This record gives sequence, C-alpha cells and structure tokens, in this order.
Amino acid sequence: MKTHAALAAEFLKDPERARWHDQALWFVREKRDRLARAVPGWEELRDTAQAIKRHALANLSLYLEEFERNAAARGAIIHYAVDAGEHNRIVLDILKAKGARLLAKSKSMLTEECGLNEFLESNGVEVVETDLGERIIQFARERPSHIVLPAIHKKKEEVGEIFHRHLGTAAGESDPTALTRAARAHLREKFLAAPAGLSGVNFAVAETGAIVVCTNEGNADLVTSLPDLHIAVMGVEKLIPRSRDLAVFTRLLARSATGQPVTAYTSHLLGPRPGQELHIVIVDNGRSDILKSAKFHRAAFCLRCAACLNTCPVFRRSGGHTYNYVIPGPIGTILAPHRDLKKYKDMPFASSLCGSCSAVCPVKIDIHRQIVLWRNEVVEAGYLGRVKSAALKAATAVMRRTRLFAAVGALGRRALRLAPRFIYNNRLTIWGATRDLPEMPARSFRAQYKAYRRTGKVEGDRT
Amino acid sequence: MVRSHVVPFDPGRVGLFIPCYIDQAYPHVGMAVVRVLDRLGVRFEYPPDQTCCGQPMFNSGCFRDAAKLARKILKTFRGYDHVVCPSGSCTGMIREYYGLLLEEEKDDPDFRRLVTRTYELCEFIIDVLGIETWEGRFPHKVGLHQSCHGLRGLGLGAPSELATSGRTGKVKKLLESLGGLELVALSRSDECCGFGGTFSVFEPAVSSFMGLDRIADHERAGAEIIASYDVSCLMHLEGLLRRQKKPMRIMHVAEILDGASA
Repeated sequence: MKTHAALAAEFLKDPERARWHDQALWFVREKRDRLARAVPGWEELRDTAQAIKRHALANLSLYLEEFERNAAARGAIIHYAVDAGEHNRIVLDILKAKGARLLAKSKSMLTEECGLNEFLESNGVEVVETDLGERIIQFARERPSHIVLPAIHKKKEEVGEIFHRHLGTAAGESDPTALTRAARAHLREKFLAAPAGLSGVNFAVAETGAIVVCTNEGNADLVTSLPDLHIAVMGVEKLIPRSRDLAVFTRLLARSATGQPVTAYTSHLLGPRPGQELHIVIVDNGRSDILKSAKFHRAAFCLRCAACLNTCPVFRRSGGHTYNYVIPGPIGTILAPHRDLKKYKDMPFASSLCGSCSAVCPVKIDIHRQIVLWRNEVVEAGYLGRVKSAALKAATAVMRRTRLFAAVGALGRRALRLAPRFIYNNRLTIWGATRDLPEMPARSFRAQYKAYRRTGKVEGDRT
Repeated sequence: MVRSHVVPFDPGRVGLFIPCYIDQAYPHVGMAVVRVLDRLGVRFEYPPDQTCCGQPMFNSGCFRDAAKLARKILKTFRGYDHVVCPSGSCTGMIREYYGLLLEEEKDDPDFRRLVTRTYELCEFIIDVLGIETWEGRFPHKVGLHQSCHGLRGLGLGAPSELATSGRTGKVKKLLESLGGLELVALSRSDECCGFGGTFSVFEPAVSSFMGLDRIADHERAGAEIIASYDVSCLMHLEGLLRRQKKPMRIMHVAEILDGASA
C-alpha cells in the first residue's frame, strides 16, 4: 500500500488538476465562512453543539433506551450491530426475509465504512446508489473521495464519459444539466422498481424516536418513502436527546458542509408510513472504544460534514484517494488509526498541523491536536520507520548538549558555505529538490550576540 | 537612532529565547530582536545554554525525545519572569504542549511560569509592555504571512475560520502603525505555507506545492516582501523563491521594526 506522501506526489504531477481541485473546495470553504458569519453567535453555537454531543454520548445507554422505546412505539423495528459484519448480516437478513434483490440507497458513509455494497453484491443483491455523486463513482467502481461530495475528483468531461458508457448518453456530452437529466431518468426507474430502500441517518432524536435525514437531491425521500421496506442505518453517535437540540445542529450542518443555510431537504421520519416496514440498525463498530479514550473521545462527536476536508490545505492538494482509509482528510486521519494503527500509520502524517480543521469543526473536535497525539502512538508502536527515528534521535542527542550543538552547527555552516551549491540544492535531496537552503552565515547568533555585548557593535549582514 | 518608546510596565527578569534555526541560519533576525528590545529599554538576558524547544521531535510524534529538550529549556529559563521568543511556533510549542510532555513538572512554579509567561515578540510588545504602535517609516508593500501556530494557537491574528468579528491581529496592528507600509490584500489571508516542520521533508510534494501557492498569492497582491513572525515558514518560502529566481524578499517582523527609519 502506497503512503499518502507517495500518492499525493502522484496527484500533484498534474498541477492544473490539483489547482482546480483546490479551488473547487476552497470555494466551498469561503461559502461556509460567509454563512457562518451571518449567524449571530456562531462560535457559541459550536460550543453548544459540542456540549450536546458530550452529554448525549456520556449518557448513551440512557438515550439509546429512550430512543428504542419511542421509535418502537411508532412502529420501527430496532436492531443493534456491534460491528461492520453484524451490520451487513442484519441488512442482508432483512432483505432476504422480504425477498428483495434490488436495493435503492441514499448516501451513507456508515455503509462505506462497513463495506455494505460489496457484501450485498456478493450475496446476490443489486445495490443502486441514488445520490448523483455516489452513482457516478459506483459506475466508475471507485470509492468516494470526499464525505459530502463523493465525486469531487471527477471533472464533468469524465462524468460524461462514464455516463456515455453506462447510460448511453451521447459521446462527448459533458453539459451538467443534460447529464443530470440522464441520471434522473435512469434513477427514477430504479426508485420505482426497488422493493427496498436504505438510508443513513443524520440525527436520531431520543425523546421522539424520530430519525432525521438531511439531503440536497431529494433522493433520500424517495428511498425512504416509495418502497415498502425502509432500512435506516446509523452509528450510535447520531443520537441527540431532544427535538430542540436539532435546531442547533441543523443550523451548523449545512453551513459547515456546503455553505448552504440549510439542506434542500431535512426529512423527519416518525415511524414507517402506512403499509411500510421500517428497520433502524444502530451500529457501534468501534465507536464505544473511541468514546472510552481520554485522549481521542471527541473524534466520536463528528457529524460527517466534511468542513475539515474543505479547509485542509493538504486535502485540497492531494485529493481523497490519497488517504487509504474510507474517510479521508483530517477527520479520517484521526479515525483510521482506531481501526488499524499499523495499516494506517502514514495517515496522521498527512497534515501540516495548521489547525484550520479544528477551527472550522462545528462540534469543535480538537482534530490537529489528536493528529499529533496519533503520531506519538505511531512512534510508540515502533512504526515511524528506522531512518526517521534515527534522524530525530540524533538531532535530540545534539540539541541536548549546547556545546555540541554549537560545534555541529559551525561545522555544518562551514561545509555549506564551502560546498558548491549544486551539492545540496539538487533533486536528490528532499529539501533541495524544490527549495534552496538558506545562505549560511559565518557566525551564529550566539557568537554575534556575545561580540555585540562586548563591543556594542553589530557584525551586520548574514554573511 | 533614538526611540521614544517608554515601557509602561516592568516585565521583571526577561529571558530571550532565540530558536535553534535562527541561531544557526538567521542570526541577523536574532540581532534585530536584540536591537528592538534594546530600543524599548527592556533589560533582558540571553541564557547561552538554550538550543531547541523540541518541536521537530514533538511534531513527529517522538514525545520522549521532545521531553528531553523541553526539560532543558525549563532548566535554562528557570527564574525568569518572562521569556520572549521571535517565533509563534516555538512559543506555541512551549505554551500549548509542554504540559503534555512534562507531566511530572506540572506543579513546579518555574514550569508554571514558563508555560504561561513565554511570549512571542509581538505579543510581548503589545500585551506585556502595552505598546501598540511603532514609530518609524517602512515604505514598502508587505504581504503578511500569518503562520498557523501563532495565528490559531496564540491568537496573534483573527483566524479566517472564526466568525468572531471586530478583531485586528496584533502583528497587523504593529505593522500598520508604521508610516509608508502598505499591507497588501491576499486572496487567502491565512492559508498554511506548507512548511509544517518535519512535514516539509515527510511530504515534500504537498509542502512545496502549498508554498508555491502562497507565493503566487503574495505576488498577485503586489507584495515586495513576505513578512512573518516565524522564520521557519519564511525559510521554506525563501527556499522556493530562490529556486524560482523570484525577486520577492522575506523578512521577520523584528527586522521590519528594527529597520523602520524614524
């Protein structure tokens, strides 16, 4: 498996595309800024959202029971899945019991996390993603490169090519409206034919037993209301105590995610419609382990809004497919190691630690701080790599001894002053491949300062 | 050159911390800091036993190595009332993260003092000394690079992510008080330059790409000089500028304050 650094270097071999990707997401970030500023008390709203998440998740068993009671009273059937495998089996069993072999799906990161589509397909169920972006990458047999904008890495010409192959649109057609119309006609058939629909859940309200789904395309409403079987899957962290808490989150979610005041559709589902069966599958899959962790528990507050992806200068310039985990970007770099530290050991290093992620996060997850803490976990587990570890150990040994530091510094500066520039400013060195080293001064600050205090004179320039 | 700044507050015993890379590669920045403090009439000492705050090790996850250097900094600056450092990043390291590294020392009064009274230079001038304007002229177009740790960690500026309004950055305030200095408007006011400590060598492709994007933004805005309170970011940007043979220069804020003519 290639590291993020290697995959990002490949991504950047096409600078024009990288700039386009950067600009497209920066546009979303700027929209987010404008909308956030228009809400009085935005920062207090973030604090409140975090407080609600903290409270709800600290009292999870209480709210789970309350939710189960209220949702069941409205006719929903509740299932609990401890991990991805159990989640997938539960969904398959429900479909089998109804004899459903076609499933219309609206967007759900949880099912990506659990690998549901592959599992169902290998068990003879056709899965149709009905979110436009998800359908594009499903055709392309790729995984989402972004939590909210799964096909953001595809240009419209590439989408045209995919639709030409799968939907028979005219060759070379890349007009977004025409392509969307073709997808709409194709999906409409699937909506009408599918005996079962599956959706994710943005919020589950304990006091009412309602599940709330926020979307822009309206596909979730078709998926949840047309078929006689609706399966809603949710991570345990989606629980909030009261309906009024929703007001906090719906104000934050769309603004943070896409810079919209609210999603086009915010659907509150209070039990199945008449004649429909509603199953709600509540999944843990490692979430309680995150919640148990003193250092990392806030990662479980995540709303999956992707604001941290849009703002991340590294994500914008490397794309979601350079992160090896299903959830990319800053939040992915702190979720992946919970799954498998060894496998994802490179992910916490895919950050310049600028801290912008933590500053946009609507529930104020301390993302950049957790990234550093994960780096320490990588080091302690012995996964940093021999070269890097040895270099940092050697540097520490030098820095601990002031006189050695001064002597090594003097030697290094002398060597760099004497050596021809191409020796160190060349493509074979990591720094020097793109950057010149600073011109080294003859004397260090400590030497110059001593002389200055003695003579009152400044030695002057940097050479 | 005589300045009329009067220090309204006695900061007590002040220790100057010059980060290791400034000591070795940018001593003229350190000397500019010395002259700025001298002109302010601040009596300070430069304890020569200092080396590195440990940030490169810390940011790479090597907390044990970083703790050794943190302990050395603590020992070096024992007994000082304030520590001044011309780097938002190293200051942030001490203030924000030493608590994680030196858990045993958390009740040590010298440790408490170090992690609460270490200031980046501009902060020290504005928040500790209470001086908000700087006399002098610096007739140049300057692009302010707001390095991340100082900006978001120390609050030296108003981060673009936050919806809090009505705040002007401290560094901006100082620079804007100089005659003739024009701060150019960047299209991205505070995006990371991509240095990121060891990130610059662990992920060189993204790091360099980010740096070139920042440079292009400053260029489009018409900056002659990229200024920052962190030489580490500037070292990265300078390296890219020189490789591209671009005329733009880099300057630490202390050099601008020092060089501003009366």
